[in-house]
Amino acid sequence: MILALVEHERGLPAEASLEALTLARELASVEGTDLDAAAFGGDGSALADELGTYGVDTLHHVDHDDLDGYAPEAWGESLGQLVEEIDAGTVVVPSTDRGHEVAAHAGVTLDAPMATNCVAVEVDDAGAYELERHRWGGSLLEHARLTGDRKVISAAEHEFPVTPADEATAPTVTEFTPSLEADHLRVRVDRVEASDEEGIPLGEARVVVGGGRGVGGAEEYDQLEELADLLGGTVGASRAAINDGWRPHDDQIGQTGAKISPDIYIACGISGAVQHMVGCKGAETILAINTDPEAAIIQKADWAVVGDLHEVVPELNDALRDSA
Amino acid sequence: MNVLACIKRVPNTGAKIVLTDDNQRIDASNLGFTMSPHEECVIEEAIQQADAHGGSAHVLTLGPEEATEQLRTGLAMQADEASLLETDGSEWGPRATADAIANVVREMAEDGTEFDLLLLGNESADAANYQVGVRVARELGLPCVTGIKSLEVEGDTAIAGREIAGGEEIYEIDLPAVITVKEGINEPRYASMRAKMRARNMEIDRREPVGTAGAGSLEKVRLETPETDDSAAEILGEGPEAVPEIVEILESEVSVV
Ligand SMILES: Cc1cc2nc3c(=O)[nH]c(=O)nc-3n(C[C@H](O)[C@H](O)[C@H](O)COP(=O)(O)OP(=O)(O)OC[C@H]3O[C@@H](n4cnc5c(N)ncnc54)[C@H](O)[C@@H]3O)c2cc1C
Ligand SMILES: Nc1ncnc2c1ncn2[C@@H]1O[C@H](COP(=O)(O)O)[C@@H](O)[C@H]1O
Repeated sequence: MILALVEHERGLPAEASLEALTLARELASVEGTDLDAAAFGGDGSALADELGTYGVDTLHHVDHDDLDGYAPEAWGESLGQLVEEIDAGTVVVPSTDRGHEVAAHAGVTLDAPMATNCVAVEVDDAGAYELERHRWGGSLLEHARLTGDRKVISAAEHEFPVTPADEATAPTVTEFTPSLEADHLRVRVDRVEASDEEGIPLGEARVVVGGGRGVGGAEEYDQLEELADLLGGTVGASRAAINDGWRPHDDQIGQTGAKISPDIYIACGISGAVQHMVGCKGAETILAINTDPEAAIIQKADWAVVGDLHEVVPELNDALRDSA
Repeated sequence: MNVLACIKRVPNTGAKIVLTDDNQRIDASNLGFTMSPHEECVIEEAIQQADAHGGSAHVLTLGPEEATEQLRTGLAMQADEASLLETDGSEWGPRATADAIANVVREMAEDGTEFDLLLLGNESADAANYQVGVRVARELGLPCVTGIKSLEVEGDTAIAGREIAGGEEIYEIDLPAVITVKEGINEPRYASMRAKMRARNMEIDRREPVGTAGAGSLEKVRLETPETDDSAAEILGEGPEAVPEIVEILESEVSVV
């Protein structure tokens, strides 16, 4: 049996979880076994209705008197106990912060290996997984072999387009009550503080104007801010610009920063290092403005302007203001 | 308060990744080495917390002899001590690595050095297994929270924040604890030339790592550079003369104007 962890908001499954469910269903069909889902909190039956579309046979709704809100170790321990109870061979989780955290704990409970950010999985005759997974934020692929009676994997984000099952199911809902000890519950969300950030978050912006070391200073970002405003977008930056103290870390795009997926990414004075570019893989199109025709970003962009951003961007702003 | 900072040496890849002929690793013959930005923040946080609460900051890595370079980066930043769990350069998986780290922490405790806080990166730069921290914590029976971007220690409690959509989730956990951090939690300092010179001569504690992986396994078969669309960009022009073309693209091709 394949068990997928589903994160949900009041019965509505999160996108990344549906992607993971899509991979889990592929695996269940290859292995000729059931596809089950596990979810914490909320209303199990509302969620089950949604999950029927994706071919889930049974939804295990995990609940416990002491489980109130997110608690990583308790969730991971519960997931592990559930796997043993229903004898699932594989757990599939989304590649989210919580997905990875819960899965790592479940891996400990199950004494199982865990392969993160998988993009393809095949099953061999012996039941081992021949898989491909992301390394270096997705700039490298690793072919690996995952073995064991219990396996934990995460589905890389945006790699498994959400597809409904050929035949919808009407999942059975089963309540599962883990046996938890005080230690499992010692780490839990104490409170949530809303952020006072204004503007469009980088991850959601339709237009992103990125500035790198070529921008040259904190004040020079004003022209990029103006361009972003004119296009209804947001400004981002490379790590080099942040290290130089020109922008806050929240603006960083890349492997250790934000992942963006705008209609267009306008990269100004950015060389195109792999760790930056993995953050822009979701961009529909890229326009690069760079003085160096040999810069790597020119290879990776759709359009490029060879020139000084300090000349190009102000002129572009003027033109856009005139046409508005 | 004694703080342990765990870091991993990785090649500093640039605009293109080249693999060795056997596709087993990155060809690093023309590359320098570094660590994940998360881990630079791990070192900085360890030093700040040890300074603020009185105690020492200890950097640790499991890796080849050459990884002393990354330990010295930590010492130059003003960490107090460094340990190398020396390997032959072959890659250790996350479970064996976690076991080896947990074993050393126990060993050091027996020798009188107890850590109140163990800091690791949220994920390593190269492998991104997202699990060494959790596995170390569970093996040592310590509480653990991952992906932390703000941290304050008050008495025996760590107040740790994790970014979520629209805000921050706050955890209050008892020390000793394991916390994995993300870049942005602090601004790692630059080491002065003098500090770098001093670090060159500092002693590094060396040990042989002992770690096992447990049931089942994840084995690397080979690496591959994914296919990318490297068809060169259409050059719209040089300098401001390209502006009308840019406007045209913004209007008709991407329809954002
Ligand atoms: C593990 C790891 C993780 C990392 N994570 C990230 C990450 O998340 N995000 C990230 O961005 N980086 C990350 N990096 C760093 C990355 O490798 C690069 O160092 C960084 O992206 C370089 O930033 P840059 O392109 O702004 O600077 P540079 O490489 O210095 O490039 C500056 C560019 O500006 C151009 N230029 C100069 N002047 C002008 C001008 N007047 N007009 C137009 N163009 C001009 C130059 O031709 C050059 O191409 C990471 C590194 C490692 C090792
Ligand atoms: N070889 C190693 N030596 C020391 N610490 C490590 C090593 N490998 C991983 N870590 C730590 O564990 C974190 C998470 O690694 P991973 O689980 O591989 O993503 C890293 O950011 C490091 O802080």
